[in-house]
Amino acid sequence: MNDLIKKLVEAYGPSGFEDNVRELIRPEIEPFADELLVDALGNLIAHKKGDGSGLKVMIAAHMDEIGVMVSHITKEGFLRFTNIGGVYPHTLLGNRVQFADGTIGVIGSDRITERGAVHPLEKHFIDVGAASRETCPVNVGDAAGFLRPFLAQGTRLSAKSMDDRIGCVIAIETLKRLSETPHEVYFVFSVQEEVGCRGAQVAANRLDPDVGIALDVTTTGDVPEARPMAVDLGKGPAIKVKDSGMIAHVGLVKIMRQRAEEANLPFQMEVLEAGTTDARSIQISNGGTAAGCISIPCRYVHSQSETVDANDVENSVNLLVEILSKPIVL
Amino acid sequence: MNELLKSLTEAVGVSGEEKEVRLLIRDLIADHVDEWHVDAMGNLLALKKGTGASDLRVLVDAHMDEVGLMVTEFDSNGTIRFSNVGGFDDRALLGKVVQVGPKKITGIIGARPIHLTTSSQRNSVVKADAMRIDIGAKTKDAASAQLKIGDKAAFVTEYEELGPTAIGKAFDDRAGCAALIELLRVEPYPFDLHAVFSVQEEVGLRGAMTAAYAVKPDAALVLECTPAYDLPNKDDVSPSVALGKGPSIYVMDRTAIQDPRLVSHITATAAENDIPFQIRRPGGGGTNTATIQRSRAGVPTATIAVPGRYAHTPAMMINLSDYANVVKLAEATLRSLAPNIIQHSS
Repeated sequence: MNDLIKKLVEAYGPSGFEDNVRELIRPEIEPFADELLVDALGNLIAHKKGDGSGLKVMIAAHMDEIGVMVSHITKEGFLRFTNIGGVYPHTLLGNRVQFADGTIGVIGSDRITERGAVHPLEKHFIDVGAASRETCPVNVGDAAGFLRPFLAQGTRLSAKSMDDRIGCVIAIETLKRLSETPHEVYFVFSVQEEVGCRGAQVAANRLDPDVGIALDVTTTGDVPEARPMAVDLGKGPAIKVKDSGMIAHVGLVKIMRQRAEEANLPFQMEVLEAGTTDARSIQISNGGTAAGCISIPCRYVHSQSETVDANDVENSVNLLVEILSKPIVL
Repeated sequence: MNELLKSLTEAVGVSGEEKEVRLLIRDLIADHVDEWHVDAMGNLLALKKGTGASDLRVLVDAHMDEVGLMVTEFDSNGTIRFSNVGGFDDRALLGKVVQVGPKKITGIIGARPIHLTTSSQRNSVVKADAMRIDIGAKTKDAASAQLKIGDKAAFVTEYEELGPTAIGKAFDDRAGCAALIELLRVEPYPFDLHAVFSVQEEVGLRGAMTAAYAVKPDAALVLECTPAYDLPNKDDVSPSVALGKGPSIYVMDRTAIQDPRLVSHITATAAENDIPFQIRRPGGGGTNTATIQRSRAGVPTATIAVPGRYAHTPAMMINLSDYANVVKLAEATLRSLAPNIIQHSS
């Protein structure tokens, strides 16, 4: 699975500009899907047919990643930028970004006069090696993603955009392994999650599912001085109970938990105090949808070294296959 | 004198009460469209049938409403407390003339004269909740005999042209409305064009939400007036957009990422037709693209805007050639809008 993870996490795909990621995912799922569709916003939707006895289930994993967009080019050729999604200023200095055309930039900041201080985002700039505004190869409005090679050390996997390419990998693997299902399952590789769960909203409007399950990362409480949270890396997929945008469907949470127990899969219960997922958009779409989320524990979310554990990834696939292989009675 | 801009900007249509603007626009377009109707929210929807060459459904939106105020309470001395309808910098309100209620009663947002202020008062910002509208009434009863709680107030600014520029209120978004009216007055497009003159944009992009739901378009174009901040500045910061440099093309704001394929189509169209354009600095703000884009199963949507200085104040300024170029660019963009432009290659 690491080859696929590497391929996806190293791809360029800031919110709104997910074409490259979609082009990588499409051939992976094409042989296993009964039908494929790309909608108006760029969501890739794969339908796996059921035997007619189950529900309509939407699985959502988002293709987009956080990034930056050029807002101004100085006369010396430096690029000022704004954020695409939740970019923390302390993750910027010294990092590298890549534009759609392959141009790479390094991030600098205005002079720091107070040691240890972090400048706000607007006091950073990107240096693409241009000597002037006129010779700068980048334009205002161009989007860039962070650049960082994939790292696998034992079972720990680190990369930029693990959020949420790892969810995409889990969706792809589940589709590959899901031999028979009672359900009409729609795997949605969604766009624009990081800017407000926008892609999943229109996909859910289209599909009008009975059940929605997002696959996304969640933070952990297992690093030094962490905000207390009962989710650790490597202790299994986290079944979301609540986050700041959604309370998961109680019946669906119960089924997820039951399937994990029956199959002897490790799992944790997740209460996330800040953040939400595509499940929120699905839940309040149309006349309402039973929604939940399988979260992949992840350290350093929204940094360039988002870190997950391979066993959690494997067990997330196992759990989702269990859920989709059996009846869902809400 | 551009009579269209004059009549539209001088009309009053604070969010939620756009009827005066709607009636004006209805009369201006009725002879140029095949059908029109007003929906439950007050949006004016008009259909201009196409030549039949293309079966796309294309929505073009401009919002009729403007920012304004609403009467909330009468004080015993006859002055009027108010709340904002849409976003303001409180400093833009003080000392301004407003027209209040259906009878358009003249009022003043009173300011303490400089003779009677201390230096500390002059150096602090007066908050809107400390301001009152004064219609010259001496008592609560005298004020409430003329106005009701809930009545709206709009700025009073006569439209004027000064060489290449025009000054007026509510160019945001009557400039867009004027452009959309011009787009309806020309030859039919290859596809059916659904014009939406929408309500309640300034209070959260609300009218376009129901209009897009009803129209079910395949693609949409939003015509706006976007804030220009382009005055001289000692720092090397780019203007958001600048007056006189052509139509402003949105890429991303706080509420939406514009469809990249439509953005490319618009910029390519501008280049082909020698129309100047500028990419609006990405960042804050929001347009009806956000709600149209995410209606139903999603709609590829983009925004073209007339740059306007001093948005959400009584006096805005636009450049008339920018306005003319927005009309030209929007028309050229629509006429060359083929279905393959909005199809995803993978």
